[in-house]
Amino acid sequence: MKKNIFATQWGIIGVGAFIGIIAALLQKLGNPGNMGICVACFERDIAGAIGIHRAAVVQYMRPEIIGFVLGSLVAAYIFKEFRPRTGSAPIVRFVLGVFAMIGALVFLGCPWRAMLRLAAGDGNAIFGLLGLIGGIWIGTLFLKGGYNLGRVQKTYASAGWLLPLTMLGFLILMLIFPQIKGEAKSGILFYSVKGPGVMHASLIISLLVGLAIGFAAQRSRFCTMGAFRDLILFKQAHLFFGIIALVVSAFVVNLILEQFHPGFAKQPVAHTMQIWNFGGMVLAGLAFALAGGCPGRQLFLAGEGDGDAAVFVMGMIVGAGFAHNFGLASSPKGVGPHGIAAVIIGLIVCLFIGFTMRKRVN
Amino acid sequence: MNIIVDAGGLSCPQPVLMTLNKIKEIKKGEILIKVDTDTSKENVSRAAQSQGWEIADVQENEGGYQIAIKKN
Repeated sequence: MKKNIFATQWGIIGVGAFIGIIAALLQKLGNPGNMGICVACFERDIAGAIGIHRAAVVQYMRPEIIGFVLGSLVAAYIFKEFRPRTGSAPIVRFVLGVFAMIGALVFLGCPWRAMLRLAAGDGNAIFGLLGLIGGIWIGTLFLKGGYNLGRVQKTYASAGWLLPLTMLGFLILMLIFPQIKGEAKSGILFYSVKGPGVMHASLIISLLVGLAIGFAAQRSRFCTMGAFRDLILFKQAHLFFGIIALVVSAFVVNLILEQFHPGFAKQPVAHTMQIWNFGGMVLAGLAFALAGGCPGRQLFLAGEGDGDAAVFVMGMIVGAGFAHNFGLASSPKGVGPHGIAAVIIGLIVCLFIGFTMRKRVN
Repeated sequence: MNIIVDAGGLSCPQPVLMTLNKIKEIKKGEILIKVDTDTSKENVSRAAQSQGWEIADVQENEGGYQIAIKKN
């Protein structure tokens, strides 16, 4: 039996700490406030870069996301874990991806960013995290009741390559059409000239960091949703130690870099409508639990050949389009004009999925 | 005769849930669990050990792994 040190207790703690440190440093190196890494926000920025939505302040082809998928692909190949597979209810995963993104954008962050916001003193994140836990808890009730999306099937290696190749294509587009300072468009790619979309570390740093995290997270199975799910469902704290390490290390680096500003009002890219910070993340947490992974984990799974996780990622990117085109996403001023309706509809859809898709498999 | 839990093709947490349900049901003995990813293998092994079961054997085959766990 080959030994995987990343999957040990100290392995997952090390990976969590690594992500926390890197995320806080990325903010110092140019990424937006309390957004060193945010999988949902960065996928939303990618949706903006390719024009799926036209919210001018959030358009940038984030190399971190590209790195996550490709880093995981490299790790999977080196350790012979690339297993191309698909066919476990892909359309359901797409819909869950759409609503996971909408929920996350009502809160303004994925679980990673919720923890990074907390580690930087943003008290609003507490409500988001409580919502996340609540959503995952509802998900565990469905899991106990027999909810599952069925078995995957082995598929062609090339099918497992499609999302990594898409990410590689995005990277090539970025090299062909690089950002031009002060310009909102370069070739076919959209860029922000103000707002969070213009704030970023250099391409090479973002990409290298993404690759390193993708590699480490594939090996360790780091998952923020799984951390809470396993704790609630099995009373197992293995993954949970990883996210504790993330929060603690990001907190320490934030203190050192003077990025720790405790409070509720005027936190970067955050709002104070606590019911919807909570509600948005209930929706996102439930969608992640029903889909079997947080948005980061879905990227790492896609990198190791999981076509269903790739469909979830596509769902999130399309969901970002809906979120900004329909006024569902929040802004520092508060929730969007139709954000509340979208959360309620999303919860109904997730409950529909949870109640109707259950079958005893043994 | 071995009791078999076929979690092949299922993603986490299903393999762990199925294993723990079987452990609860039979309390002691030997169970053979089929999984198809390294993640599932690690998760199932960890869950079984947390219940006081030992990993008797792990076989790799083309489709994934067969994990034998036992408790006397």
